Amino acid sequence: MITDVIDLLVIFVLAVFVGFEVISKVPSILHTPLMSGSNAIHGVILVGAMAIASQAHGSLQMSLAFVAVFLSTLNIVGGVVVTDRMLDMFKARQQPKAGQGTGQDGNKK
Amino acid sequence: MTAAIQISYDGRTAVYLFAAVCFVLALKALSSPRNARYGNLVGVAGMVVAIVVTFLVQDPGHDWVIGAGMGAGALVAVPAARKVPMTGMPQMVAIFNGVGGGAAAVISLSDYLQRLSSGVPAQKGVEVLFALVVGCLSFSGSMLAFAKLQELMTGRPVMYPGQQVVNAILALAVVALGVITVVSPHLWAVLALGVVALALGAGVVLPVGGADTPVLISLLNSFTGLAVAADGFVLSNMILVVAGTLVGASGALLTKMMSDAMGRSLPNIILGGFGAAPAASDDGAAGADGRSVRSGEAGDIGTLLAYSRKVMIVPGYGLAVAQAQHVAVELAHALESRGVEVAYAIHPVAGRMPGHMNVLLAEADAPYETLVEMEQANDEFPSTDVALVVGANDVVNPAARDNPGSPIYGMPILNVDRAANVVFLKRSMRPGFSGIDNALLYDPKTVLLFGDAKESLTKLLSAVKAS
Repeated sequence: MITDVIDLLVIFVLAVFVGFEVISKVPSILHTPLMSGSNAIHGVILVGAMAIASQAHGSLQMSLAFVAVFLSTLNIVGGVVVTDRMLDMFKARQQPKAGQGTGQDGNKK
Repeated sequence: MTAAIQISYDGRTAVYLFAAVCFVLALKALSSPRNARYGNLVGVAGMVVAIVVTFLVQDPGHDWVIGAGMGAGALVAVPAARKVPMTGMPQMVAIFNGVGGGAAAVISLSDYLQRLSSGVPAQKGVEVLFALVVGCLSFSGSMLAFAKLQELMTGRPVMYPGQQVVNAILALAVVALGVITVVSPHLWAVLALGVVALALGAGVVLPVGGADTPVLISLLNSFTGLAVAADGFVLSNMILVVAGTLVGASGALLTKMMSDAMGRSLPNIILGGFGAAPAASDDGAAGADGRSVRSGEAGDIGTLLAYSRKVMIVPGYGLAVAQAQHVAVELAHALESRGVEVAYAIHPVAGRMPGHMNVLLAEADAPYETLVEMEQANDEFPSTDVALVVGANDVVNPAARDNPGSPIYGMPILNVDRAANVVFLKRSMRPGFSGIDNALLYDPKTVLLFGDAKESLTKLLSAVKAS
């Protein structure tokens, strides 16, 4: 084993604190994009799916590995694209505040 | 050979550390408006390096399975995520979260099978089962949330007698099966555990109302994070532990923030109608009995609107559900052409997600300058002739301002009760998602028009044109 359970436990506990700390102040308008963005991040489970794929024996385990890779890719790609589209619409929304002129230029494109 | 792999494992850990930093920075940036987009890109960068280094370092084997799975996933996800309309975003988050939970569950199941066949399943039993159970919960819960928001099934709370008892039994069954599986590993016990966890996920989501679903999705997002972290323990993989824990912890905090912004407590949301019923009766006790509402005709209300000087349209969840933004804007244009001043009063948490109303109305080409934020709108209500509330309820409930005993007391609201007349377009007398009765509905200056928001607005539009 390259990493002991106790090492992982240290990482886990510290990550809990970082996770709480890092989003301590979020304006309500960003709640949904933040949820979507963090949703994309747990798509890193693809790394785990790749690991079981490399160890798979027999058709059942191969099928499970395929399903896991497929689902986690959906998670990453879908999560990132949806987040990007959400943030895009927030930009559009703030154009008038930045200045009427630039806002209209942006709409023409 | 062994030495070479050892070195590359260290290299992999270094790259994982880089990816972990990316994820932390991504979450940080996503929580401020200025850097949000950059945050998403930093997250992608961390993801890409983590995947590439994993692929390079791990023992080669079945690469085609990985390639095929990723290819198929990308082929499905990109078009789905790109072409879904803005109104469909929350359910897309739900489904992409659900598949992540599903992946975590499948991975733990597969790992369990691999160890069962090699005869050492007892070791690390708890992490495997935790990832399986939480992943399954998140999967079925998210899929059901998707079905609710996509209106494949009713968006209303689904309740039946003894529901909480059934859910409690399912939860106990999960614990019991978990213990059985740890004590004497059997394939049937693991499979049964997964099935019961799936049922529990569905059972917990059923009573949650459509408007509360975003908070629920955030909770399930946090769950998926924890399942991923548990898989990190199973597979001794640092980046899974870090990323999963980050999402699990920040997701839990975000869930609390979201429910606070809606003036709701989390248990209240999870218990759905069960929490809502007593809240409604407590609040309504002031005079619920014998109060009557004034229900109006579209023709009369159309005339009222047409001969006003100033109308404020207050859009809410009902407008989003009915996809009524285009008709609302058309009605505004019809009124403006008669010289009526029209603006939209936007509550920050109106609709299915924060900022939802701005997006919908911008999509329907409502001029930016007519979208008025809450504070400015509240300055304008006293000089408004008609406040036209389209499918909103809690965000205009005066109890949040006036009644310290109300569960939503303290939530900022739009003061539509300060307008000369209030028109509510509602589907029914059912209270808003907080389940709290709205005294404004019984006010003598309030008129109600029952029906789907889109149909009601269409009727008003023709009434305005006719008068």
